[in-house]
Amino acid sequence: MKIIDLKMIRDLWNMRGQVIAIGFVIIAGVSVYVSMSSVADTLQGTLKTYYEEYTFADGFASVRRAPESLGDRLRRVEGVNQVETRVAASVNLEIPGFDEPVTGQIVSVPEGDQPRLNRLFIREGRLVESGRGDEVILNEVFAEAHSLTPGDELTAIINGHRRSLTVVGIALSPEFLFQLQPGSLFPDPQRYGVMWMGQRALSAAYDMEGAFNDLSFTLAPGASIDNVTDRMDLLLDPYGGSGSYPREDQASHNLISEELNQLAAMAFLLPMIFLGVAAFLLNIVVSRLIALQREQIAILKAFGYSDWAVAMHYTKLVVIVALAGVVVGTGLGIWMGGAMAEMYLQYYKFPFLNYTLQWPVVLTAFLLTVGASLGGALMSIRRALRLPPAEAMRPEPPPSYRMTLVERLGLQKLLDQPTRIILRNLERQWVKSALTVIGIASSCAILIMGLFWGDAFDYIIQVQYGIAQREDITVTFNEPTSASAVYEISSLPGVQHAEPFRSVPVRLKSGHRSYDTGIEGIPPEPYLRRIINTELQPITIPREGIVLTQNLAGILQVRPGDKITVEVKEGRRYEREVPVVSLAEQYLGLGAYMNLRSANRLVGGGSAISGVFLMIDEQYEDELTQALQDRPRVASIVSQDRAIESFMETSAESMLTMTFVLSLFAGVIALGVVYNSVRISLSERDRELASMRVLGFTRGEIAYILLGEMALLVLLSIPIGLGIGALLSRWSAQSLQTEMYRIPVILGSDTFSLAAAIVLIAAIISALLMRRRLNKLDLTAVLKTRE
Amino acid sequence: MEGTDAEVVFETRGLAKVYDMGEVQVHALRGIDLELYRSELVVLLGASGSGKSTLVNILGGLDTATDGEVFYRDRDLTKASERELTDYRRHYVGFIFQFYNLIPSLTALENVEIVTEIASDPMDPKEALELVKMGDRADHFPSQLSGGEQQRVAIARAIAKRPAVLLCDEPTGALDSETGVIVLEALDRVNRELGTTTVIITHNVVQGDMAERIIRLKDGQITDIRRNEDKKAPRELKW
Repeated sequence: MKIIDLKMIRDLWNMRGQVIAIGFVIIAGVSVYVSMSSVADTLQGTLKTYYEEYTFADGFASVRRAPESLGDRLRRVEGVNQVETRVAASVNLEIPGFDEPVTGQIVSVPEGDQPRLNRLFIREGRLVESGRGDEVILNEVFAEAHSLTPGDELTAIINGHRRSLTVVGIALSPEFLFQLQPGSLFPDPQRYGVMWMGQRALSAAYDMEGAFNDLSFTLAPGASIDNVTDRMDLLLDPYGGSGSYPREDQASHNLISEELNQLAAMAFLLPMIFLGVAAFLLNIVVSRLIALQREQIAILKAFGYSDWAVAMHYTKLVVIVALAGVVVGTGLGIWMGGAMAEMYLQYYKFPFLNYTLQWPVVLTAFLLTVGASLGGALMSIRRALRLPPAEAMRPEPPPSYRMTLVERLGLQKLLDQPTRIILRNLERQWVKSALTVIGIASSCAILIMGLFWGDAFDYIIQVQYGIAQREDITVTFNEPTSASAVYEISSLPGVQHAEPFRSVPVRLKSGHRSYDTGIEGIPPEPYLRRIINTELQPITIPREGIVLTQNLAGILQVRPGDKITVEVKEGRRYEREVPVVSLAEQYLGLGAYMNLRSANRLVGGGSAISGVFLMIDEQYEDELTQALQDRPRVASIVSQDRAIESFMETSAESMLTMTFVLSLFAGVIALGVVYNSVRISLSERDRELASMRVLGFTRGEIAYILLGEMALLVLLSIPIGLGIGALLSRWSAQSLQTEMYRIPVILGSDTFSLAAAIVLIAAIISALLMRRRLNKLDLTAVLKTRE
Repeated sequence: MEGTDAEVVFETRGLAKVYDMGEVQVHALRGIDLELYRSELVVLLGASGSGKSTLVNILGGLDTATDGEVFYRDRDLTKASERELTDYRRHYVGFIFQFYNLIPSLTALENVEIVTEIASDPMDPKEALELVKMGDRADHFPSQLSGGEQQRVAIARAIAKRPAVLLCDEPTGALDSETGVIVLEALDRVNRELGTTTVIITHNVVQGDMAERIIRLKDGQITDIRRNEDKKAPRELKW
């Protein structure tokens, strides 16, 4: 080994304290970046493999009732690869030990065999056997919610008849990663479950022998989904088809891909900020570290080492530290990523996990880290190399200062000497001051962005469930029912108010844009399900025309006054032009609203309704749900409280947990930036401060100079950070908003105060740590040695 | 010192200082008995490592003794707390170092003012600068001054509080002889005009000629105290 390399190793050993501090910063930045990126990639990759291996269908359709023979005709449709017809039944369930209403869907599977499409992953137990009419397989989430295992029994009311069913298996399906009850936005595994039953048994129970009411299909290579759905709809329409739709519109897939997209956006944005701040810290710390080696650099040059050799020597030193940090950070990141992915595996119910780490991620982390460290190091090395060796070996000349702007304006009489020292330092080292401000401000901004989600979700719930959707319970029927059902339900115990609605499945079109959704027909002056405008005032539903939610209007690119084409997908399908009359504010879900009568006219029927919104007296809730459950026409009973709960449990909770963790890291960054900045200032100015101590200044007085400077920077950073945080929140709200929900940019004053307080606390902790160091300043040693 | 009735400013008895350097102990001072008198100019001579800086640091309240006693008038510095030492430095001691240690972000005048702001009976900062012939460079920052000029500002800063004692550790160590003489002249003038007790550390024997007393140190002990009967002006010194 060359002696100069030996020197490097000894230097590293001697600076081990600082090296470890720098290492931690790199490790923190790299591990957060690697873990979050790999989790996002892993989940996307796992989903893709899962879909492939378990042949998740490319498209789906349902009909009222079609003969089995139609299946063969559908298989011959151009562009179709496989078609699987099946029976899907909406049922009410009774689970021993659980008093609340539970509804579900039973899907048929071939007896004794796997379905060809949407194959099941059997976690426990077995498939249903041929000739056994009482066997069911439960979706794992649902089974877990009720602690059901193979051998347990439950009761289903299928088509009005009670049937006792035995659980024989617990399974996962790519089709039901999330079990979503029609009409609700979020899964509620306690009150809605999916299960599978033998084809013959279910057909017999649901009165579908020799027929089917649901199908899924895959596409032939190269086929276009739009062409295929159009051709299929022609065949399905006569049998009461409500329109075939692609995988993208399938409820479970839609929800999971939105969640994964959000995760990917978060996984990119926040770690990048994190890594950026770490890189900045690294730059200033390394630059100072090399500046302290000024004399050694001069000596090496005096011995005849070339500039290149000296630069290489320090480059090696820095790269070794950065590399070690990246290696450990990547290792930690992989471990953290694996643990996080395991967590998501539990949450999303994937049967397996394909851990993926994309090498560009590691490369980016490496380049950024090494780049930032080398950037800082080379600046200092160049400064040292520019000097002739003899000069570099002498103590550094006093840095140049000048009067600050405040003083040139003639205001210096207002400032005492220590304050002048602070101001002149800030002005002379304005680049460093600015970088410090940016560092602290970005941690403050990350905090705002993390806390913002809490505010946004609170606001969403307040608006959506406090002002707009005031019903306690939503009851939907199996199929459109006579309007008189409202009166019947009104007379049930505990019902204080009942309000009918009519849902019509439609495709809305404007130019080449189209969107499949449902139009909800409601009374003109609704009391429960109110439609509100941007000022949060209820809108009167006009006799003619349609009201769209803002995000739907955005998708279709229409404004009030424009006309859109409504294609009705129920009964005989036809198109009609309808004017957009106004826009509704709605954060969760998107939809279109019409007057109840116009909605019925659209379908061409009389005055049918699809369901009823209820306001109830909570005392009677159990009695009421029991009464509703006993009615065969009732397909689902959704409680509003449960909707809020499940919203918080799914999206809101996972988002809030993530932002909490990141907020914690942001606090750590603030601490890191403040501590390191002050630490460097101290190492640059220990002589100056020691001189002042010798002149008779007290510890408190010199602390004022060092910490006062930092206090000024922190106070400057906070408002800047709050501003950047608000912008980042707006940006992240925009980039994370989906068709499912629009995120309002609401930032409460509590959020600002809390973010500012966390930054201040981090600064005070650093100040206290530094104060201890200042108290230990060795006056004689500092003054006798040269820099 | 025997035979004088001048007022005693400093008095040490059996002063010792041991530095604990991990595996070895360094005895910097081994029993120093010494008296310093009001208004006298003393030169402390000795090779490096002889303990002269340690002695001056203890006299100036920058360091504390391991053993023995040290008094500034009636004040027992041996038992003083950190706060008391700070107060002592603030009001009674002026320090001058080899490397000036001016505050780079303050002008010459402000470097003096930073002391007069906290002192109880300071002189006019401008007057202090005039005394060391730096009045015309009052608004310059340290980076705009030569080494000799910086050291003269340091002297002005040290005397502006009207200290009872001026402690100078190798004040000309980093300067050429011509500039060194100018700095010594400033110190001599302060001593004469203000009557400040002045201790100058040097390893330059020639500088002893400007002192009233010359004290030699070796291995932490006083080897010789000599009264200089033939005191010379700094201008006459050559090295």
